[in-house]
Amino acid sequence: MANPAVKQDPLAARIEGLTLPDGAGWANDARGAALSRLTAMGLPRKRDEYWKYSDPTTLNAPEAPRAGLFVTDEAMPFSDTDRLKIVFVDGVYDAEASDDLAMEGVEIERLSDALARDIHWARDHYGVLETRGQTPVERPLAALNTAFATDGVVIRATGKAAKPISLIYLHKSETSDAILHHLVKVEEGASVTVLENGPAAARFSKCMEVEVADGGQFHHIRAQGRDHERRASTHMFARLGQESVYKSFTLTVNGILTRNEQVVEITGDNAVAHIAGAALGDGATGAFHHDDTVFVTHDAVDCESRQVFKKVLRNGAEGVFQGKILVKPHAQKTDGYQLSQSLLLDEDSSFQAKPELEIYADDVQCSHGSTTGAIDEEALFYLRSRGVPEGAATDLLVLAFLAEAIDEIEDESLREDILTRLQGWLDRHRG
Amino acid sequence: MLEIKNLHVSLEEEDKQILKGVDLTVEAGKVHAIMGPNGSGKSTLSYVLSGRDGYEVTDGEALLNGEDLLEMEPEERAAAGVFLAFQYPVEIPGVGNMTFLRTAVNAQRKARGEEEMSAAEFLKVIREKAKALKIDADMLKRPVNVGFSGGEKKRNEILQMAMLEPKMCILDETDSGLDVDAMKLVAEGVNALRDEGRGFLVITHYQRLLDHIKPDVVHIMAGGRIVKTGGPELALEVEQNGYADILAEVA
Ligand SMILES: Nc1ncnc2c1ncn2[C@@H]1O[C@H](COP(=O)(O)OP(=O)(O)OP(=O)(O)O)[C@@H](O)[C@H]1O
Ligand SMILES: [Mg+2]
Repeated sequence: MANPAVKQDPLAARIEGLTLPDGAGWANDARGAALSRLTAMGLPRKRDEYWKYSDPTTLNAPEAPRAGLFVTDEAMPFSDTDRLKIVFVDGVYDAEASDDLAMEGVEIERLSDALARDIHWARDHYGVLETRGQTPVERPLAALNTAFATDGVVIRATGKAAKPISLIYLHKSETSDAILHHLVKVEEGASVTVLENGPAAARFSKCMEVEVADGGQFHHIRAQGRDHERRASTHMFARLGQESVYKSFTLTVNGILTRNEQVVEITGDNAVAHIAGAALGDGATGAFHHDDTVFVTHDAVDCESRQVFKKVLRNGAEGVFQGKILVKPHAQKTDGYQLSQSLLLDEDSSFQAKPELEIYADDVQCSHGSTTGAIDEEALFYLRSRGVPEGAATDLLVLAFLAEAIDEIEDESLREDILTRLQGWLDRHRG
Repeated sequence: MLEIKNLHVSLEEEDKQILKGVDLTVEAGKVHAIMGPNGSGKSTLSYVLSGRDGYEVTDGEALLNGEDLLEMEPEERAAAGVFLAFQYPVEIPGVGNMTFLRTAVNAQRKARGEEEMSAAEFLKVIREKAKALKIDADMLKRPVNVGFSGGEKKRNEILQMAMLEPKMCILDETDSGLDVDAMKLVAEGVNALRDEGRGFLVITHYQRLLDHIKPDVVHIMAGGRIVKTGGPELALEVEQNGYADILAEVA
């Protein structure tokens, strides 16, 4: 029989086993405030406007559902990239496996160290963008993350970071329930690239707050997969200063439930935000549900934002896209673009899209489009008639479909790396 | 080379018979032309031979060097030597012309157990052949047929044929949409491939192409059948008098 208390108060049950980590006074205050936010909101419910297409039950559950480990001999993504590695095992920083955190152009610390110090720049940032991101749409899982995150990194770019910072998430326990919170502050004119990859945990909650000051540049490339039983809820909260650049790309393969939220607020004129994602799911190798929920707010003049999300789904895989461009009254000359497309390789798969534009300025250019389509049979026959076998011909068309998202990765070698992952997945998931 | 016997084909989707007993043999080294009124089944024949979906063969057979073509997948037919220059070449956004052709050449070679062509060799060969067809480097880099003019698409078909070196070349109205000079280029491209071991089936409405590509045999197709077969003079007759006389004669 179900515990009646759980029924009455799922939030209490969810956080019963969690403890607010102890740190400096200000950090404890920030965590306490996050817990209050969470308590006021409650956990996400299926009836919430932005949870209609994804079921939060397993994210809300008191314990992480078991997830089998993914084992492979293959090199992980970004292995060939000269980078600074920071490794987390089931959500716990692994100093042994990580590189020395010193690098030119950036200061990097473990979150718990930063939050234990009475005086630290993180004081003005921890939970701040997450809090801003709670309006107009509530994101209780992010507040939960801010309150209970036990680990993570804080990164402050003061110049041009010498190498990308590579966050590697290893998964070694079938029941791990990881909560990581990262803070990134890109100072004026500074730049940094953050890479993320790895299965992380049975259930993974990750929040990254990214403050990009005037003229700063933040690049983010993420490869999620190939674990099949992963349940992940991730949030990127960003605020962009004048002439700053924020570019984020995510490749997702496999995963029972992945919800990636991005909340980007453009507050400085002439800033650029590009958010892109390619997700591939094959229901034949385990349930697949992938949800991209994006909210871009234009609150400055002459800014550009692009959302490009593509999903390739087969054998009952499910894709969701919820994307909004909000243009505030004075955000004139906004150039906003949003594209969400799915390629359904069969009739069992499904794609739900909720594209939204909300524009209060009069001199703007905003477009959005959402499509669901199948493989173009004419094109497929044309390729096959030239001798390209059906599988390879389908791959060519799938890659062509994904190209606009992949092309958002500026760095050529990182783009090649992502393409290699993609091709690998296609090779393993034929027909 | 190609033997088509009593081929009957219906549409899969609706109960409609399109080919009603086609008999046709193309010998190696020969060029056969097919002419015939609109809707007589010429393109359907070319699609059925290359393996497009949507048709049902209700009777008859088609053999390539004795092998049953109709049992093979489209890519297997291609590897066996069938090539169709489409009446309406397909645009494929996002797939580069070069990538596509190199994938095709090497897939066919692999299927035949031959060694793959290196990137460098491929580049050298394609540049040469493209030049002969006046296809510039920019066109090679663009996505397959996207933004190509009608004539450019047809020249691109011939470039593919030149690269793939098929045994049995089927050209479906490759001359339509070509200007006079482009038609000469295309004809030269075809003639350059004429060879003892290669057969051609050239579908056209106009004698003009056949001035450049001299056919050995001309067939007239009407109502899903070959109704008359003759020499090059048959094409001249069609050019001058249309199909009325021929159709009346065989009716
Ligand atoms: N998929 C289809 N659905 C319906 N009718 C079809 C289909 N394919 C072919 N047909 C019909 O079959 C007949 C033969 O068509 P086909 O394209 O083979 O003619 P064709 O000889 O190539 O004509 P043209 O000289 O105009 O190119 C036509 O009446 C056409 O409308
Ligand atoms: Mg035709």
